[in-house]
Amino acid sequence: MVSSYGCDFMNSEHVAGNDKGKIMLYALSTCIWCKKTRELLQSSAVAFDYIYVDLLKGEDRVQAIDEIKKYNPGTSFPTLVIDGKAIVGFREKEIKEALG
Amino acid sequence: MENDYPEPSPEEIDRLYSRLEKEARQGGYNLNSDGEFARGLVKGLLVNERRYGYQACPCRLAADDKIADLDIICPCYYRDADVTEFGACYCALYVSKAVLKGEQKLGSILERRPPKEERQKLQPQPEPQSKSLLSASVAEPRAGPGTLKLSVPVWRCLVCGYLCGRDGPPEICPICKAGKERFERFI
Repeated sequence: MVSSYGCDFMNSEHVAGNDKGKIMLYALSTCIWCKKTRELLQSSAVAFDYIYVDLLKGEDRVQAIDEIKKYNPGTSFPTLVIDGKAIVGFREKEIKEALG
Repeated sequence: MENDYPEPSPEEIDRLYSRLEKEARQGGYNLNSDGEFARGLVKGLLVNERRYGYQACPCRLAADDKIADLDIICPCYYRDADVTEFGACYCALYVSKAVLKGEQKLGSILERRPPKEERQKLQPQPEPQSKSLLSASVAEPRAGPGTLKLSVPVWRCLVCGYLCGRDGPPEICPICKAGKERFERFI
């Protein structure tokens, strides 16, 4: 489960599943909406990477925030990036549509 | 990505949950009635208290700087406006009466907190030290000379809007329990 495969960060974790493109979830370990988003991805059985930004320190955190800002200038969570397109917040319908 | 803080125990979570539930009720607020959901958020508050020393919103990234995060300590400065507009605060720990009764459905809530760069440009944060709250601003009533003559200044809670006229802000807000560092000199 733990790897840096297909992702921009050494610290991200990979969840194996069906390939639906490059899916990256920027989340907080304490956030319930982030948890719901992760559970939705897991129940959809897609391959994705996720990272808990609140558990990052120093340069790793700065790098993650800079990355999120490219997609979501407000840097809020969850930020889900599917093939370069961001969905901000637990938007169940949008996420399901994006996953096809 | 290991969490280096011990997990809050179920008893700790229950204790804080019960306290917040009671305080919410007394202040005219409502906790989310989805107990599992609300307890998950309460756990996040306890985790953040251990990490940062204050109960930062579990759904926002704290800066590990209490002054910079005064607006997102739970209950946050944005709660009341979000409960009014969306039926819940950003993390949905607090909900409106309509949501509680099942008359309104919860949706995704937009982040009302301005981005960091904009926050820094906004009005200065209230001084954290009681000394400055008590001395500097008392001498400079904001209403201007001749407009208002008050025997004492008026303080406003930045979380719930509670107003009181006294020499300095109360230790904690009697309505929402915000600490005195989260009051501003209103008049």
